[in-house]
This record gives sequence, structure tokens and C-alpha cells, in this order.
Amino acid sequence: MSASAKPRVAVFKFASCDGCQLQIIDAEEALLDLAGAIDIVNFAEASSHMEPGPYDVTLVEGSVSAPEQLEQIKEIREQSAILISIGACATSGGIQALRNVKDVNEFIRSVYAHPEYVKTLETSTPIADHVKVDLELTGCPIDRGQLLDAVATLLAGGVPKISTSTVCVECKLRGTVCVMVAKGEPCLGPVTRTGCGALCPTWGRGCYGCFGPSQPPNTEALGRRFVELGLSKQRASDTFRFITGWAPAFREAADAVGDGKSEKEVASS
Amino acid sequence: MTHRSVEVPVIARVEGEGALHIKVEDEKITDLRLEIYEPPRFFEAFLVGRHYSEVPDVVARICGICPVAYQMSAAHGLERLFDVQLPPGTRELRRILYCGEYIESHVLHIFLLAAPDFLGYDDAIQLAADKPDIVKMALEMKRIGNDIMATIGGREIHPVSARVGGFSKAPRPKDLQAFLPRLEWALAQMPAIADLVGSIPKPPFDRPAEMVSMVHPDEYPLNEGGLASTEGKSFDSTTFEEVTKELHVEHSNALHSLMVGTDTPYFVGPLARVNLNVDRLTPVARECLPRTGLSLPEPDPFFSMAARVVETAVAIEEAIRLISAYEPPEPSMAEVTPKAGRAMWVTEAPRGILYHRYDVNEDGTIREAKIVPPTAQNFEHMEADLRQFLPGVLDRPDEELTRLCEMVVRNYDPCISCATHFLRLEIER
Repeated sequence: MSASAKPRVAVFKFASCDGCQLQIIDAEEALLDLAGAIDIVNFAEASSHMEPGPYDVTLVEGSVSAPEQLEQIKEIREQSAILISIGACATSGGIQALRNVKDVNEFIRSVYAHPEYVKTLETSTPIADHVKVDLELTGCPIDRGQLLDAVATLLAGGVPKISTSTVCVECKLRGTVCVMVAKGEPCLGPVTRTGCGALCPTWGRGCYGCFGPSQPPNTEALGRRFVELGLSKQRASDTFRFITGWAPAFREAADAVGDGKSEKEVASS
Repeated sequence: MTHRSVEVPVIARVEGEGALHIKVEDEKITDLRLEIYEPPRFFEAFLVGRHYSEVPDVVARICGICPVAYQMSAAHGLERLFDVQLPPGTRELRRILYCGEYIESHVLHIFLLAAPDFLGYDDAIQLAADKPDIVKMALEMKRIGNDIMATIGGREIHPVSARVGGFSKAPRPKDLQAFLPRLEWALAQMPAIADLVGSIPKPPFDRPAEMVSMVHPDEYPLNEGGLASTEGKSFDSTTFEEVTKELHVEHSNALHSLMVGTDTPYFVGPLARVNLNVDRLTPVARECLPRTGLSLPEPDPFFSMAARVVETAVAIEEAIRLISAYEPPEPSMAEVTPKAGRAMWVTEAPRGILYHRYDVNEDGTIREAKIVPPTAQNFEHMEADLRQFLPGVLDRPDEELTRLCEMVVRNYDPCISCATHFLRLEIER
């Protein structure tokens, strides 16, 4: 490949399901058309051709959950002019952050054939806990349109604007029947930021928080409502402690509705 | 003494993170490790205590490429335990959804992940520069698979409508029928794709292998059926843990699988399915089979790409048949009353059989979970392939040798993200 003035883009993966990278692969045609085209110079899932940094834009999928990743994310940051963390794992620790309120080492010691083989951190944490992140795109998976808009805007020197409005507001705008009112089904729509197009309520079920907390979320009232709907405190707490459950607003909500204590605190008291 | 080593620090064009280390001394392999450093995510541990209704949404997150497979194995298993009477049409709609995932996953692998190897390119972008029509066609076919998933599931990655008990909402017939012309177009491409894949030279590799897949008396197996192996074994999903066992090896964050009794590796996936279900192939798939160069029985994993082509035709034809007769399930969801017990189920993920077991408490919460993904079952076989394959190609220059080794691994379309997320962590009681 010839050297060119095209922006050099890299994609890296941490602990994740690959779904957000797949959104990039699915957007490949559009990405190539973007801003007179970019050079994807390091994207292991898609290509054997891997160039070292520096990179103009780096997309990072996944959470930090293994010891070697602590160093790796710092190196990637040093090589990147703009670093965008993409998806629920990279922005909130992901579903694997459910282990953050349990004692992982206890699990490993008690049952694993060879616990000494397993190298893992006790927690799964978002990229921004470890290095400066220039932009966070939430979602499980991310929205392809948001990604393309954000990259195009950044390359044009602008600052991407990501909506922090709620799924609930989007439902109202679309005229979608409220699943919590009509069916009594718990829904995180009132406290979850939009990005999915209010997908779950449109498909007849409650939102489970893929895009993370909106700003500011009134989680306290919603937690009370879940219990009024007949959920046990545990299940009401679990509803917040899910795909983006380690995002601070949802973490606090889960603790508050479950008697104000995290499982870790309960276990150690 | 001559030393040589092959180091592939990052295996490209696979899902997830793996590395390959090979040491050769005096033309003998002294060390060979397929290292899986993808960090574990402990799904089986954090499913414990969660409500059964959340399981399909949790397990989808194991894999962005085959979320439907995880949702299906979980939903079917729990429904059998709970004696759920699924509304008529649910089975067919699930099969259409699964066909969408097969089209998306197989086309991704054939054209974007594997074909660049066989044709000598780094990736599909390079391939597109030389052969834009092929890549354009492949992207459109993949999009059809994606769009079917999105029409039924709300979105193609981590669909939201598939639940224990059916679907939160079923698509309207006209929304699915809109796919018929696109599917007919895709089907018309298949013979030429079969010819293309059949014309690609592949390295000679001859070895006996035991393959395992589901079998079904009436249809190409996806959601349900028994299990069979090319060594004549026949068993039910409920005995899966008695017939196979898992091994924890030091260099891998994924467990390896073996057959109980013989302690031998086996492999699962498209080639296993085609070998064991040749009588259930659909008409165009049957026509494509010889054109891909595949002549059965065939245990050579280098024919996996050919098997994926044949199965893409199966998925397209099945989608056409089922969509043409589609009537939405009414209601879309059955009533579900949980009860205590053990749920077990196997479905055929695009990469092979996917086993789920859930021990459920009376209140519907999960007491223990076990998931055995196809790629973990294949790791031991991948290493065995490399040991067998390498001696024949040690005369090749490093760069070519490395590429060949990666191809051996890529034959399996390994989904390392899936496999690693199952380091099993059970709580002792």
C-alpha cells in the first residue's frame, strides 16, 4: 500500500463479543466513501495487513479485564491522535462487568481445574477508567449511523453531537404504545439514552438499557415503580444491573433498589 | 541442530484473539500451541441468580456474529423444561431467523475472512480492488442475511424479539415476503459461487477425522434433532456431557473438548453437517455440492469453505420455502410458567453444535449454567490438524508457512470470543 495523506484508522479489541467491530465491517462500503476515503491500517478481525501506529483515529471495542490490557490500552492511547471507545463494553465495562460485584477469585479457586492458568482482573472496566477518551459511543451494539456521523464529523474537524435524550421520549415521538403502562412490563426506557430507535418497546418488550444511562436519569422513581409492578427487590435491582449495569447511574440505582447495599458490601459485612 | 519457529502473534480474520506458537527442531515439531489469550468473560458464572427470561439477552452477548444460535439453544432448552406449548408458526419463524444468521455468518466467512487467503490477498478490500463485482455481490448477500435478522429480531446484532416462549412480536407477512425477490437473486448466484470456490486450489491434506453434527429425519438440522458422528455414534442432547468431556490446557483461555472413552478430538461445523446430512440437502444445494469440488464423505477441513457454500444455498432455499408459507404466530408469545429442573438443548450454530444446560430454581432463577460452544469443541482438532499438516510443508519459506498455518486455523471459522467466554466457573455447594 502506498503512503498517502488519508487519515489512518485503527480498530482494536479488548474483552467483547466482536459485535461492534461487525458493525464496522457492515459499514465498510460507507466508511470507504467517507470524507474522500480513509485508510484502515490495523483491523485484525478484517485484515492480515497490520501497520504500527501512529494512528489518526483509533476505535476501541471491549472492556479492560485482563492484566496485560492495562499496558496495551496505554500504548494504544500514545499512538492515537483521537481515541473513540465504542460499545457498551468499552464505555461501561459491558455485561462482563456483572462480575464486579462478585468475587471472581473465589469462583476460580473453588472450582477451576487449574486456577493458576487463568489470568484475569477482578473487574471489567470501561476504557475511560484507564486513559483519556476523546469520544464515547454507547450501545450494545453501537449504532452504525452514529459511528459514521461521528467519524465524519471528527475528520472534518468538528465535534460530534450525540443525543442524550431517552428511549422513552423517542417512543412518545414515534407513537409507540408504552409497554410499562399497557403490559406492566419493566422498561429502562425512561432512564436510557436513545440510539437504537426505541427498538425494544417497538418490538413489544421493555428496554434493557443497551445505550446506557441518559442525562440525568431519574432512576430512583423508576426503581420504585419496578417494585410496585410486582418485581422482587432483587429482580428490580438486576434490571439496572445488566448490559450497561456498571455505568455509575445504573450501578447506584441497582444498589439503591436492592436495599442500598451492593452484593460485595453484603458479602463482606 | 536447526531451529525454526513460526510465531503468529495475532491471528487475523478470525473472531476474537488468538496466537500461534510453533517450534521446529531438526525437522521435528517440538512445540505447538494455539494460544487463546482472549480474556475470559465468565458468562456461566454471572448467569447464576438471574431470571430465566433474561437468559436469551445475556447469552446473545457471547457472540456478535452468531447471537441467534445462543438465543435459540437457551430458549428451546428452557421451554422444554417448562413444558411450554409454542404457538403454531413459532418453529418456522425461528428457522427463518436462523437461516438469516447462516447467510450472514457464512457469507462473511467465505468472502471476507477465508477467500482472501485462498486467492492471495490480505483482506476483502484488496480483493475488492481486483475483483469488485465479487465483493459487491458478497456484501449484498450478507446484507440479505442481516436484513432478515433485523426484520424478525429488530436488529441483526443481538436481536431483541426472540424470547423464552416465542417472539415479543412477529413480523407481518408482507415484511418477510419482500425478501423473496432478493433471496431468488441470491440463490441464482450460488452455482457460480460454487464454481468459483471449486476452482480455488487447496493444499493437499488427508487425515481421518471424527465429525459430529445434529441429524433430523425430515430437514436439514438447525434448531432441533439428535446428534450423530461419522464414527457411527448416535446420541441425544441430554447425554452430551456423558459423551464428550472438556479439558483445561495451560495455554488457552478456552477449554478443549474430547470424546469420552477414546479421548480423541472431534470436529463440528459445516463440513460435519454436510457429511452427516447429505440426504437432507435442498435442490440447489445438492447441485452446488459437486461444483464446489466436494465429494462425500470428506473429512478434510480445507473443504469447510465448500461446505459453507452448500449450506448458504440450503439457508436461502429454506428461507424462500418458509417465507412463502409464513403465517405469523398468534399470539406471538406463549404463557410461560417456570419450574425447577434441568434444561438441556443443542442447536446447530453456523460453526457447529452449541450445547446449553441450565439448572433452574423453582422461582425461575438460574442455579447453574453450562455452555459448550462449537469453537471450543474444535480447538483440540485444530491443534491436531496443525501437527499433521506441518511436516508436509516445512520446506516452505516462513511467510508462506505462516499463511498456511493460519489457513488451517481459519478453516474452522473459529469464534474465539465465543469459545473463551466459557471458562466454566461453577460455585461448589
